[in-house]
Amino acid sequence: MQIPCPWCGLRPLDEFAYGGDATKKRPTGKRQADTSAWVDYVYIHDNPAGRHREYWQHVGGCRSWIVITRDTTNHAISKAELAPPDSRGGRR
Amino acid sequence: MSGQSNRLPSGGLIDRTRVISFTFDGRTYSGHPGDTLASALIASGIHLVGRSFKYHRPRGIYSSGSEEPSALVTLGEGGRTEPNIPATMVEIFDGLVARSQNRWPSLSFDLMAVNSLLKPFFPAGFYYKTFMWPRSFWYRLYEPAIRRAAGLGTVAELPDPDSYEHAHAHCDVLIVGAGPAGLMAAQAAARAGARVVLADERAVAGGHLAGESIEIDGRQCADWAQDLYAELSELENVRLLPRTSVFGRYDGLTFGAIERVSDHIGADTPNLPRQRRWTIQAKQLICAAGAIERPLVFEGNDRPGVMLARAARNYLNQYGALPGRNVVVAANNDDAYLTARDFVDAGADVTVIDGRPQEIVTGSALLADGVDVRFEQCIAQARGKMHVSSVRLASVDGTGESEIGLPCDLVCVSGGWNPTIHLLSHCGGRPRWNERIASFTMGKLENDVQAVGGAAGTFDLQKSLHEGVAAGVSAAKACGAKPSRTVTAPSVDKLPSYGVQALWRALDSVSKSGAAFVDFQNDVTVADLEVAEREGFGHSEHAKRYTTLGMATDQGKLANVNAIGILSELLGTPIAETGTTTYRPLYTPAALGTLAGQRQGHEFRATRHSAMHAWHEKNGAVFTDAGLWLRPYYYPREGEDFAAAVKREVLNVRSAVGMVDVSTLGKIELKGPDAGTFLDRLYINSFSKMKVGRARYGVMLREDGMVFDDGTVTRLAEDHYFVTVTTANASPVMQHMEFCHQVHWPELDVQFCSVSEAWAAMAVAGPKARDTLERIVQGIDLSNEAFPLQSVANAKIGDAFVRVFRISFSGELAYELYTPANCGLGVWEAIMEAGAQDGISAYGTEAMTVMRTEKGHVAGPELDGRTTADDLSLGRMMSERKDYIGRWLAARSGLVGEGRIQLVGIKPVNVGDRFRMGAHLVNAPGAIGPDVSHGHVTTSVYSPACDHFIGLALLKNGRNRIGERIFVASPLHQEIVEVEVTHPVFVDERGERMRG
Repeated sequence: MQIPCPWCGLRPLDEFAYGGDATKKRPTGKRQADTSAWVDYVYIHDNPAGRHREYWQHVGGCRSWIVITRDTTNHAISKAELAPPDSRGGRR
Repeated sequence: MSGQSNRLPSGGLIDRTRVISFTFDGRTYSGHPGDTLASALIASGIHLVGRSFKYHRPRGIYSSGSEEPSALVTLGEGGRTEPNIPATMVEIFDGLVARSQNRWPSLSFDLMAVNSLLKPFFPAGFYYKTFMWPRSFWYRLYEPAIRRAAGLGTVAELPDPDSYEHAHAHCDVLIVGAGPAGLMAAQAAARAGARVVLADERAVAGGHLAGESIEIDGRQCADWAQDLYAELSELENVRLLPRTSVFGRYDGLTFGAIERVSDHIGADTPNLPRQRRWTIQAKQLICAAGAIERPLVFEGNDRPGVMLARAARNYLNQYGALPGRNVVVAANNDDAYLTARDFVDAGADVTVIDGRPQEIVTGSALLADGVDVRFEQCIAQARGKMHVSSVRLASVDGTGESEIGLPCDLVCVSGGWNPTIHLLSHCGGRPRWNERIASFTMGKLENDVQAVGGAAGTFDLQKSLHEGVAAGVSAAKACGAKPSRTVTAPSVDKLPSYGVQALWRALDSVSKSGAAFVDFQNDVTVADLEVAEREGFGHSEHAKRYTTLGMATDQGKLANVNAIGILSELLGTPIAETGTTTYRPLYTPAALGTLAGQRQGHEFRATRHSAMHAWHEKNGAVFTDAGLWLRPYYYPREGEDFAAAVKREVLNVRSAVGMVDVSTLGKIELKGPDAGTFLDRLYINSFSKMKVGRARYGVMLREDGMVFDDGTVTRLAEDHYFVTVTTANASPVMQHMEFCHQVHWPELDVQFCSVSEAWAAMAVAGPKARDTLERIVQGIDLSNEAFPLQSVANAKIGDAFVRVFRISFSGELAYELYTPANCGLGVWEAIMEAGAQDGISAYGTEAMTVMRTEKGHVAGPELDGRTTADDLSLGRMMSERKDYIGRWLAARSGLVGEGRIQLVGIKPVNVGDRFRMGAHLVNAPGAIGPDVSHGHVTTSVYSPACDHFIGLALLKNGRNRIGERIFVASPLHQEIVEVEVTHPVFVDERGERMRG
């Protein structure tokens, strides 16, 4: 299997590390009451048969985190992009 | 030496001018270059080559390819012994040693053949039903006895002296199979400019053409194939891989293949690997893997002398070896008439038994008048003991009289052809029943995959050649090539059409289905399938598991489709509903050595040495694995055991000074105006306000609130930090930081880099550590006032740059020194020399563990991914004034409060007692069970300072239970030790030594 790194092109699977579900948005809430949002972010993940978006890191290459759209039934990769920021983040 | 009594005087692809001698079961035989072990044995008149798996029935050579189920031999001697190799795939060389298998005392007189007489008592499922009780007997008695009686060859118990390697290839078009379609595809794709890899498992190109007597473009087809192959070998954009079995397809057109590099040369090949495992990455696949002939199923169809029809003419045409002179050809298709014709031409007496009605048969036109051809008949039984001597015939529909005793010495069978679709279905494609050819072909293929020739169910040679050209051109075009020179397929003699009509088994009522074999290698018969169907395991996936059909080393290449046909008859369902089994890699068996390649012994994985490794070795260190690192475990001196050495090392640090190599710590440098903010968000404590020149212990959590890692964070300049992380987490922490920066907080202006390999590191600890270092460290005042705990400064030792940190893991006055890796050994030796008068000695990781345990410092066993900072008494560090990874989930209700396990110390009530890591903490000595555990021992060491065992433990509500007496239980070892719960710090509770 090969993964198309947006920087490095098609590279073999063993240069990459899997990083989990990329469909989740990291909560920005900063209160105890937001616990359920955090539980959802950390623990509640879909396991679709079909297209899924997931994080991978090109650890044996440019070390970029990328987001891949992969069909879990046949491992066909339809899209690979640099991982976009998952939230607006904190103060600068 | 035995003569080659069955060798024809001319013809074939062998070199009769040279003679090769080899041994089989200790007897010497001869053959010629170009021979396989099987062809040389046939030429020498040998048919009996093995005994069957379960019933020890005599077995011969059944095929001429990798599908061979019966002629399995053991090759080589000593560590080179390799069992279960098909004799059909072994090229002979001078000195080849081969032995038959699964027989005792000899192949022709095998005592275990008594199993064959007991066969009525061994139906499918027999072992499972019979040897059930008493249960304990299964492992002790039944299974070992059954295993001795059944089986194939025996593996070598010596190390394999041969070498193996892994290689990678990239290409536009991978073509699997160098038969007629594959050769044409390769020529077309290569001439169009595509980068081509052409792999074929056999030594000789041409596929079945190597063993046919057919004219292509007016020449013998074998010559045509050799010439085309030679032409391809001249092309720069073609890589030919003969003797290479493409064993599996993996996601995205990645293929695994094994090349037999020097198996055919023998042992004298010091500069060649025995085999090479290829990983081939292609953009297009053309599967031209051909087809495999099906056996016919009748009583005694496994007798030596019964052989696949095309295999028989392969031996005749390719090797000039005549497997029989009195030949019965039994078939249900026209291809077998080529076998009949070639044997008639070779002077044999031939009778053809065709299951089909005469009006649809076209092949008989190949035969001269006077050849006996009988239609709508089949073989009901083959007779003979060690070799077939006659066959009994019956009508195909099971009605009418059967004819007794047609004498013969060779039975050529053809039940039709199964396309070799394995590679096409490895990635999930499902085979479809194809009525036209009475076998399975693939449904729709992916865009970048094509099948041609026999693999596509095309059994017409002319059409196969055309398909090859078309596929080669279109695959090349798909890769961006622009074909300029056109390739056209050559023309072929008109051959009979295929005309197959399924014939799954002889239905004659007299013959015994218990001796009609479907799977030769696993000894599965029609009777076994009948039992499976009767007991409700009739679906092909069930029957396979119930009977073991298709589960031998040949993976049912000959058996599976016949079994599905027979099951469909038994069930009365159409074949399409009977199901197929799933094809999985490996297509052909692989030696474990080839899969391992170079990764054996020390080369199994990388080994990392610190810069001071040579010193450790010279000074007698015993090493321990820490991930890929080799770390000094302890340094025994003359007469010391482990315990004595560790005790001495610890006491030396506590009383004088010691030094330990900590180079394996992960090290990360961070720069940029937001570096402090970045660290604040990663760690539970704050670093943005820490003064320059200070170092502080830090803890980071995962998003779920559990402790991830700990280490030291140092501020070297306003915008420059240096972080150490634990050895085991060096890589995961770096990945985590990169994720946080790239995904969560890309707006932060910070850059960071792993510098783990750039620095050698060592800790100098003990009351005399300052005395030692003051002698050689230049550029800083090491006095307590000028350089207190948690200070950091740059200095020099000799010419070497060193970064000196005053931090302590041992609890003593201690310094960590970091120096560029190439200075590590020099600095280490300089410190050793400077500390000699203070009694300095090196200490290993075990002494380090003892001292950190005495101080109650947590490490890997406590940071097990299930503990929170508060569990480890680090809760006070968790900042309330900032946000950080894991903050909110660490505060969820399940992770706080009295029910949590908390870090405590334990010591034995009876000072002589010891306890184990991993043992459970219980309230009463007799308590055993899943609900009684209150926690477990994480670390257990002998403490020289206390002079008894001490431990760290995670105990439910532990901080409120200091002083309680509980029990450490290890039921596995039948150990119960009474212990007292203590504060986790055993030495210098107030920390005065490290501040001194």
